[in-house]
Amino acid sequence: MLYREAGQFKSSYAADQQLFPIRQDRIGVILLLVVAFVVVPMVAGDYWFSAILIPFLIFALAALGLNLLTGYAGQLSLGSAAFMAVGAYAAYNFQLRIDGLPMVLSFALAGLTAAGVGILFGLPSLWIKGFYLAVATLAAQFFIVWCLTKFPWFSNHSSSGVISTQKITFFGYVVASPREKYLLVLTLVTVLALAAKNLVRSSTGRAWMAVRDMDVAAEVIGIRLMPTKLLAFAVSSFYCGVAGALYAFCYLGSVEPDGFSLDMSFRILFMIIIGGMGSILGSFLGAAFILLLPIFLDITLPALAGLLGLPFSNATVSHIQILVFGALIMFFLIVEPHGLARLWQIAKEKLRLWPFPH
Amino acid sequence: MFAYRKPLLMTAVSLALLSQAASAEDQFFPITSYRVGPYGANGQSFYGGFVDYLNYVNLKDGGINGVKLVWEECETEYNNAKGVECYERMKAKAKVSTGPIHTMSTGVAYALIDKATEDKIPLAMMGYGRTDAVDGSVFPYAFPLVTTYQMQASAILKFIKDKEKGSLDGKKIVFLYHDSAYGKEPIVALQEEAKLNKFTLIQIPVAHPGNEQSAQWLKIRQENPDYVIFWGWGVMNQTALKAAQKVGFAREKMIGSWWAGSEEDTVPAGDAAKGYMAATWNVAGKDVPLIADIEKVVYGAGKGDLQDKTKLGTILYNRGVSAAVLSVEALRGAQAKYGKGKPVNGEQVRWALENLNITDARLKEIGAVNLLPPIKTSCTNHEGSGMVKIQQWDGAKWVPVSGWIEGNKELIHPLFKTSAQQYAKEKNITPRDCAKES
Repeated sequence: MLYREAGQFKSSYAADQQLFPIRQDRIGVILLLVVAFVVVPMVAGDYWFSAILIPFLIFALAALGLNLLTGYAGQLSLGSAAFMAVGAYAAYNFQLRIDGLPMVLSFALAGLTAAGVGILFGLPSLWIKGFYLAVATLAAQFFIVWCLTKFPWFSNHSSSGVISTQKITFFGYVVASPREKYLLVLTLVTVLALAAKNLVRSSTGRAWMAVRDMDVAAEVIGIRLMPTKLLAFAVSSFYCGVAGALYAFCYLGSVEPDGFSLDMSFRILFMIIIGGMGSILGSFLGAAFILLLPIFLDITLPALAGLLGLPFSNATVSHIQILVFGALIMFFLIVEPHGLARLWQIAKEKLRLWPFPH
Repeated sequence: MFAYRKPLLMTAVSLALLSQAASAEDQFFPITSYRVGPYGANGQSFYGGFVDYLNYVNLKDGGINGVKLVWEECETEYNNAKGVECYERMKAKAKVSTGPIHTMSTGVAYALIDKATEDKIPLAMMGYGRTDAVDGSVFPYAFPLVTTYQMQASAILKFIKDKEKGSLDGKKIVFLYHDSAYGKEPIVALQEEAKLNKFTLIQIPVAHPGNEQSAQWLKIRQENPDYVIFWGWGVMNQTALKAAQKVGFAREKMIGSWWAGSEEDTVPAGDAAKGYMAATWNVAGKDVPLIADIEKVVYGAGKGDLQDKTKLGTILYNRGVSAAVLSVEALRGAQAKYGKGKPVNGEQVRWALENLNITDARLKEIGAVNLLPPIKTSCTNHEGSGMVKIQQWDGAKWVPVSGWIEGNKELIHPLFKTSAQQYAKEKNITPRDCAKES
């Protein structure tokens, strides 16, 4: 009843080709954007911006990047964190070495640099597939981190190898407060997410999915594998690169190569597995789950322990948190192996019939 | 469909946040600790000592001039992003009253410097980075107290020089280090020292986490250096000691940094650790009167933080105590200036940290003689001491083998200044004029 598209007739090609063909979706997205752009900045405090919303959006963007590559184009990658590192260091160096370069341009150039590196490390995908490809992208993870550590030029000869990001300025306007940073990140993430949504339904996106589902068949119907796969690597790395630049500039403020470890790549991979492979929404849900749940447990468990009078030390709470988190991941994967996005899809299908299922 | 959808979670979290309100009369301590994860064992000892001393002040004196110390711990797992989350979580409370934050992690400290400066919350980085924060004109809220990696490296070289009858000319020294911010910071200092003292410096990095070092030690065997200066952390330390034994390099010629010189490093290495030396700014053992008293007062009352009581009096435990002693002394100083019997805020603690003067006499009053060197800080010198002792592992315990050794300040401190100025330029910071600070 609430979610029924009956009666929504499309009378023009433009109406039929909209990004969100169903009216309820359109309204929902607009409402969500209004909340994110207007309501949240009014009500949320610094903690929410700097510790929860900004990292959530940044990791959602990185997960989205990986999802384009793994979920849509079917190329498993373990190098997402490394591409983020490329983005972070590239943005830093563009800012450092080109005077007066607008920040947004730096972010875009950082994304392009990451895309270039992504194409390079995507080359093995032309010959190897599946888990073997994952191992090949692992090389990117180690090589890039090693490279950034080894050559002091990348960190402007900082004695410790840590880079401290510059102030974010737009034609003289300084983005400094957590609220402004949040709005900046949100804007970029919204634009890139809508672009991704559009991309995956275009011929490019459909070519990716064809390659994912069976590359031999895709080749037979005339999809050229090399450009398709490399484009997937490039776009994915672009997203990860921008996410990395935002991670350095809007979130931590100082990064070292070791921060972009294999561990982080795995976390991004888990985000899309939990959230849903081949779903834009899934990237956001997965990022929220992986990132926010531990914080939630971390805050509620001690309170809960205090309430029940249990003598938990901090270390015990941390261990329990890891246990619960692991158990929840298993629970969700057993209940819904296609990820949280699939749950949302099922809910929509139910709502379509509700309240008269039969 | 494009942004977060976790309304339930949000409400629950904000409810949980609301429920934690501190009393206005108490002095709050935000503690970003780690007790799990790869370095959990080190964190347990350090933060155990830290919390025990705060408890001790509460139990013994009823707080500082009647102001009770309260604290909140947040687990960082030695992870930068988690550290930032912890900091943001405790920030609201810390803005009211705060003790200095000890992250015990170079990475977390780096990530917090800008934020803490903006929020006016002092960061203490005892014996880690960012080391150029020694120059307080650029870093008003960051305090690499007691001593820094560069000064430590210089002090270790001084110790070696004394052993070698006053000259390092023509000697060969290997610097074996954890390939991270931590391991790289002393390199500049070592290079300067190498130029000055005419020894050959060979740098050998070890990738994190460092549990595989056979290639590095093969190289050391080929080079056959006179000494190995060793900058390890966590599991890397015991691996290095075992590897040194395997290639037959004398442990007596190996000197570690203070993060490579605790019982957590030597005990697991067993036999291989005997004779190994390391720098430290605090001594181990329970014969320090303060440590003995903590055991009596805090553990006597059943309020001790350590689950494993054998860690009492270990190097890292005592280091935690020394960190807490400095923090509490800073709070005393701030109260003396801004009003006794009242909690103090970050700005006031910052002033106190910049004007610390802990003499031997004061240390004796606390019962902490030799626990840490005397400290006197200023706007131009946030380090305050720059002295370390060298200790040696005799197979069962750490034994000091030197007095307090000060690094070559004339050589090292200008390096900090250059680095801090570069940072100020990159960040568009106008340094304070230290001459005008009182």
